[in-house]
This record gives sequence, structure tokens and C-alpha cells, in this order.
Amino acid sequence: MFWLALGLFGLAAPVERGRHARLFFSLSAIGGVVLTVVGLAGLGNWPQAMVLGLGLPDLPFHVRVDPLSSFFILLLGVASAAVSVFSAGYFERGGGGDIRLVCLQYHVFLASMVMVLVADDAYLFMVAWESMALASYFLVITDHRVAEIRRAGFIYLVVAHLGAIAILLAFGVLQLGQWTYTFDAMRNAPLSTGWGAVAFLLALIGFGAKAGFLPLHIWLPEAHPAAPSPVSALMSGVMLKTAVYGLLRVSFDLLQVQVWWWGVLALAVGLATAFYGAVFAAVQTDMKRLLAYSSIENIGVILTGVGLALVFHAYAMNLLAAVALAATLYHCLNHALFKTLLFLATGAVMHATRQRSLGKLGGLIGRMPWVAALALIGTLAIAGLPPLNGFVSEWLLFQSFLLSPGLPNSYLNMFIPIGTALLALVVALSGYVMVKFFGVVFLGLPREESLREAHDAGMAERVAMGWLAAWCVVLGLVPVLFLRALDPIFQLMVGATLRDSLDASSWMFVTAVSPEQASYSPIVFLLVIVAVIVLGGLGLRRWFSVQRRRAPAWDCGFGKRNARMQDTAEGYGQPIKQIFQVFLRLDRHHPSPFDPRPRYHSRIEDPIWERLYVPVARLVDRLSALVGVVQHGRIAVYLVYSFLTLLLLLALIL
Amino acid sequence: MSFSHVLLQLIQGLLAVALAPLVLGWVNQCRAWLQNRSAPSLLQPYRVLLKLLRKEIVLAHNASWLLRCAPYVVFACMVLAACIVPLVATDLPFSLAADVIALVGLFALARVFMALAAMDVGTAFGTLGSRREMLIAALAEPALLMVFFTPALIGHSTALPNIVETFTTGPLQLYPSMAFAAVAFIMVLLAENARIPVDNPSTHLELTMVHEAMLLEYSGRHLALMDWAHALKLMVYMAIGIALFLPWGIARPHDWLGVPLALIAMVVKLMAIGAGLALLETLAAKMRIFKVPEFLGMAFMLAVLGMLIHFLVEA
Repeated sequence: MFWLALGLFGLAAPVERGRHARLFFSLSAIGGVVLTVVGLAGLGNWPQAMVLGLGLPDLPFHVRVDPLSSFFILLLGVASAAVSVFSAGYFERGGGGDIRLVCLQYHVFLASMVMVLVADDAYLFMVAWESMALASYFLVITDHRVAEIRRAGFIYLVVAHLGAIAILLAFGVLQLGQWTYTFDAMRNAPLSTGWGAVAFLLALIGFGAKAGFLPLHIWLPEAHPAAPSPVSALMSGVMLKTAVYGLLRVSFDLLQVQVWWWGVLALAVGLATAFYGAVFAAVQTDMKRLLAYSSIENIGVILTGVGLALVFHAYAMNLLAAVALAATLYHCLNHALFKTLLFLATGAVMHATRQRSLGKLGGLIGRMPWVAALALIGTLAIAGLPPLNGFVSEWLLFQSFLLSPGLPNSYLNMFIPIGTALLALVVALSGYVMVKFFGVVFLGLPREESLREAHDAGMAERVAMGWLAAWCVVLGLVPVLFLRALDPIFQLMVGATLRDSLDASSWMFVTAVSPEQASYSPIVFLLVIVAVIVLGGLGLRRWFSVQRRRAPAWDCGFGKRNARMQDTAEGYGQPIKQIFQVFLRLDRHHPSPFDPRPRYHSRIEDPIWERLYVPVARLVDRLSALVGVVQHGRIAVYLVYSFLTLLLLLALIL
Repeated sequence: MSFSHVLLQLIQGLLAVALAPLVLGWVNQCRAWLQNRSAPSLLQPYRVLLKLLRKEIVLAHNASWLLRCAPYVVFACMVLAACIVPLVATDLPFSLAADVIALVGLFALARVFMALAAMDVGTAFGTLGSRREMLIAALAEPALLMVFFTPALIGHSTALPNIVETFTTGPLQLYPSMAFAAVAFIMVLLAENARIPVDNPSTHLELTMVHEAMLLEYSGRHLALMDWAHALKLMVYMAIGIALFLPWGIARPHDWLGVPLALIAMVVKLMAIGAGLALLETLAAKMRIFKVPEFLGMAFMLAVLGMLIHFLVEA
């Protein structure tokens, strides 16, 4: 079944003469649904390995599907089905670029992501990884006539390759002199903790470059606004998760032994990334940049979960590691769902209004009711509010934080709770960010006249977003059923099962380790809230006035108001700017009160650029200038160099 | 889960909803006495609610469905919160549905709806209130979570009934960490419920308003629901404080005789806390919005200190 889906992607890929986006993207949507089913089915199965006769002679491709890869295949399937359906509508109406090329790259991108997830040797993994990077690079620069987009693509490419080198080195360390690059061999390699640490650090850097861990996140806010919306959705929703998959695969599967400080490192990096992403998302004025920073934040939350699981597992507290891992995986899937949903919503908004800047949107809830309603579900989910899915993973993560006092290390006991507080701040800030995002785009008065002509999204777009929103709701309401399905992963990765605690109470209640510790029931939440609303509404209607009339807004009797008086994205982020000034690089100009033509401008830059990347770039420049000394451009000189090299080599050999 | 449990749950929920305006009335009365004013009647909040319920709703021309839904959602969230917190008894069926973290999430849900609806009409005041509210919440939430951390560590559970059980059934022991947590909790309570010194509940038409600024566009029964929900929120916060720091008197499981006693204890405790709140509000002055981060930062540090003391002294 799994091969069927892969074949479908493969078939759809080479047919680049497809004139109709609709046909091919619909086909690939079917592929996505098939992958969803395959992933769900594969969760319960034990690993199935296979050797393909492809690849170089003596280097066949090894593939293997285990519950972990099945889970990520499920994630890919759900998100890609939606993105494909959306693309059918989006590119049909002219999404920019040559549609045939986009179609080809899009499917190569999907297929290579599947290959990454099923690869069972470093060779196939790297091939798939690189083709994924390249395909996504070409998708990012679909609008390659714009200089900014080319620049964004370049940054992305550089960071992606830095990461790829680190991953390659990590695999090199992992095989430890056996010179066989199958994952099986790596599992059995007798690695000392020192080499294990090197491999882990390299993997953290390598996969971190793709996922966007601090300070390797800089490509995300550049590439996401540059790419067409469905592509940003796919990159943010799914591609970042392949990096998480890689990290999990290396640290829990290939490395058999863990050391606690790896987990602490991952935890610290994760929290820093999450906090950084949340603060920067709060001050953005471009809706896709805002979502990109929000992705950084969510990736940070996911890495925090990975770190906790590593710490627990290193101390052989497998049950707690399973809880942390459950939170991590749940958040991976959740983020794939709501971030894809929100990126698709921005795509629909951009299609309707041709605006990307938050300062020029507003009031779209009246013009685009469908997109607004579906985006509201995504907004509430990503803000981590019950009873939707985002809250479940956050709840599980908080629970695993609360279990950390059981650790036999008193320093960790004291410092991990402070991490909890930071996580709480991040969660609260993400609520702030999402209220800002939804409020500025969809609520209030339209900030531009042209917005009054905005049209709602087409059927394909609605279906795509509805599919994702439905998953958000279902995963929010019945987390226990889904966590039970994930149980084989925990058994495989950390050797513990959550069955006992999941079966201890009814399917309505999620528990972390035992019902006495804590429980949460989203169903009860929803039922009570709905019941109160219905009963209250009926009661009020029955006994009291039902009259309603429309009038100009009250606004404290102020009277004359216009769209420019409401908060802009800039204004909404202002308190955050003020409070977290130390973290931001702010370039702000206030006009003087006597200025006849007052102009205010404020620009926020990523301080990482200034403090890390610019010095590194200068260093590279200086080094290359040194190399330049020996480069004269004259053929005679180069011949002398080769001659001298030959002599030297001969001298060495003889 | 037997019939009696459901009955108990229903009684507690309805009791909380019915009594919430009374608590607000009591706080207002105490405050008036302390400030040498003649106090309004204890029942004044009910009269205001009744008046608002009878009035027609005036909606702005561009108000969307979100503004009309928000009062119901906010009210329902607060009713659910009132059902979860052990006010008179610990064995409530609904209390299994949420531990303290889920409770924080529930408050966040109500707050996000309120903040979004405040942006709906697109007035300067509404958006101003919305962003201030979200800012205060973003800073209060970590502090609140740290406050919950200490009792959760002592009780080995984040479920409120279990924490109450630990404190009421265990030997009477002094927990210095809980004193720090209690002070931090009071500070968060003031911030989250729009009380002085963070926000002024009796303000209207001031540039500094936060909560009131979000309610400007509501009228009629929408406003009534919002006000009622606000009163409920204050009462639920008091109830959480009681459960964490003064849990004695709350009826134990299957202790039916304890329920009337618990009722009396609850009324006494709520009155005491209400009077204390009025005193705090009389003594303090409202602070600038950019002082609020310092205020909440202090609450956060106190909570962390409490937790560290727990590790050093009590563990």
C-alpha cells in the first residue's frame, strides 16, 4: 500500500506538461489521503524493512517503515492533502511562475520528503534530504524575478547546506569505522559516550539548520514570505518536521545511549528558540513573517519536549520520557495542522487582496466569512486554547515538566521548573501573537478602500482549510484515542508504554501518568460550554428583551472615527517592543512635535544577524582575501603550483 | 459517579453563578465603607444586571458574529470554571475534567475571545484595551503557573481536589513556601481581575482603562453577560485561592454532613477575602501600564522563590 502512494507521487512528478493545475494537484491530494491512511495503518505495525535495487552498484537503497516514520508519513499525508487541494485552486488562478515547473518541483518535494522518512541508510537519506532541499529552494524562488526573493532563496540554500554537511558528518561519526552506512549498522556500533556526544551535537546542528533552532533560524523569516503560500505551508508545516524526525531518529534510535546533558542542551536551546520566536512574532508587521517566527517558536517548543524526553530517558525514567515524547509528537502533528491552515489562510487573503502587510488589511471577516471562520479555528488552536488540539500537547508538555522533580539530580530539579515558567511565558505570548494576527487581518475596519472588493476563497481552498480545521478539532477532542495509536512509538523509542495510564480512565479523559496526578477532558469542556451557551441563550430569549438594533459605534461618544484610528500591527506589538527591548534591534524614529509633515518609522532587525552572521561573513571575506594572495589568474603560476604539489606528493610517497 | 455527585455538582455550579454578583457587591460595599462613602446596597450588582438584561442591544454597524458570540463564550467558560474549582466539596465530577493547567487554559480561552471581540468594531479604545489585556495576561500567566507549581509539588498532583485533600488530611504543617506562593497569587489575582493597582474597576472613560475599554461596544444582555462573567471570574479566583491556601472546611468525599458546614465556611472565607481585597484597593493607587511588568515580575520571582524554598527546606 505504501508503495502505491509513493508510486503515485512518482507518476505525478514527471508529467510536467500538465496544462491544468487542477488535475495534477487533485491527483496528488489523493496521494496525500492515501499516505494518511498508510501512516495511520503503519502506526500499529512492527518495523518492515526492504532493500530496493535502485541506487549505485553495491549501494542499494535500504528502506524501512516503523511506527515513528509512519507517524511522520501520516503528518505529511494530512498536510499535503490539504495543500494539494488548496494549490489546485490557488495555482489555477495564476499563483505566479511557470505552472509546469512548479508542479514538477512540488511533487519532487513531496516524494523526497517521503523518502527521507523511510530511508534506512545514510546514503538514501542524504540523497532524499538534498533533493528535498533543492526542490524546496526552487519552489521558494518561484517568483525569481524579484531580487529580494532570490536573496531569500540564497540564504535558505546556504543554511540548508551547512546543515547537510553537519548531518553527513554525524552519520560519519555514527558508523564508527565500519564503513557501512545502513542505519542497522549504526544502531549496533559500539559508540563511546564521547563520540556519541559528537554525533548528537552534529545532528543537533544539522537538523537544527533545517528546523530553525536558534541561531540557525534566520532563513525561515526570509524564505517563508518569499515562497508562494502553499509552499510556505508545506515547508513550515511538514518540512520542518522532517528535521524533527531526523533528530528523533538519531538521538533515540541510532544512538543507543543518552547522556543527561544532551537533553539539557536541547531543552535550553528549545526554550531559547521558543522565546525568541514568540517575542519576534509579536512585533512583526508582515503576516507571513509573523507566521514564520511563530513556526520558530513552535519548533522551539517541540525541541523542548525532545530535550525533556532525553533527560528522562538518560536517567532511565522511561515512562516519563514517554510522556514527554507524546507531547513532542503531538505538538509536531498539531503544528503541521494549524500552521498549514494559517499559511493557507494567508494565501487566500493574499489572493483576494494582493496585500501581505498587516498594516493594509483589516475587516475581512465581513468579506471573507469562510476564511475567517476557518482561520479562527487555526488561531485558537495555535494559541493553545482548550478544547482544541494545541492545548493537548501543551498540557502534556507542562505535565512532563511537572514530573521533573523526580529526577535524581538536584540542580536539574531546581532549574527545570524555571524552564516551565519560560514555557508558560511563550504560550501566553503566542496567544498575544495570534490575537494580533487574527484581529488585525480579519477584524475592525478595512484599512484600505480596495479591501471592500475582497472575495471569499473558492471551493477548493475552503475544502482544504476545512479538512485541516476538522483535524484540529478532532485531535483536540479525542486525544486519548490518538495517543493510544501512538503507543507503539513510545515502546520502540523509549521502551515504555502509556497504555496503563491511558486505559486507566475513560476515553474522555487524558492523563499524564495517573488520574490522581492530573486529568483533562476536552469533551466535557466543549459539552459544558455549548450547553451553557444554548441554555443561557434560550433562557435570555425567553424571559428578556430580544430587541436588537444597529447604530454607529459608541466609541465613548467620540463620534468621528476612521480606519486609521484603530491599532495597526505596529501598535499592537508596541508593548512587547517596549518590554523586550533588550532582545530586539530597534531602529526607531519619532517625529518632533513641530514637524509639519510628521513621519514615524520603526524597523526591527534580528540581532543575530549583527552579532553572529556579519562577523562570520567578514571573517570568511578576510580569509578568502588571504587565499587571494596566491591567486594571480596567470596560467603559468598555476602550472608552477601543480608542479610543486606533484613534487611534494612524490616526496611524501617515496 | 452517582446521582448525588451530579446533584452536588449542579448545586455548586448554580450557587457560584448566583452568588458571584453578591461577592462583587460585598467588595464594593467594603470599599465604600473604607473610603468613608455611603455604600450602595449589597444587591446593587443584581439590579444592574437585571436592568441590562431588559434593555435592547445596540450593535455597531460593522459588528460581526464574533462580537455577538463572545459574551456567551466568555460566560460559559466562567461557569465551567466555577464548576471545576472545589468551592464546597472536593468530589465533583467535573473537577476531573480539568487540573489547574487546564483551568489556566480555560481562562485564556475566555480572554482571547474577549480580546478578539474588542477588536471587532475597530475603535481605538477597543484595540487599546485588547492589547493591554493580552499583555497583562502574557505576564501574569507564567507567574500564576509558578504559583501552582509549589502546591502541586507538595500534593504530587495538579488537580485541585487532590491538593485540597493533601492539605486538609495531612498533619498540620507549616509550609514557608506556600506563604510566598500566596503573596504571588494575590498579585496575580489583582492583575487578572482588573483590580487596583493594575486596572481600575470603577473607571469608565479613562485613557488608562483596560478591561472597561474592551466592553465599550457592548450593551443590553451582552453587557450583562460580560459583567456577570467578570464577577464570576473574581469569585473563581478567590475560590482557587481558598482551595490552595485556606482549604480547611471544604467537604471531603462522601461527607454529606460536611456540606452545610462547608457552605458556612465558604461564606466566611469569601467575606474575609472580599474585605481584604477592598482594603488592598483602598491602600494602593493605580500604576502606569509600563509598571505592570515590574509588578508581575515581582509576583513571578516570589513564586519562584517559594518553589526553591520548597526544594531546599521542605523536600
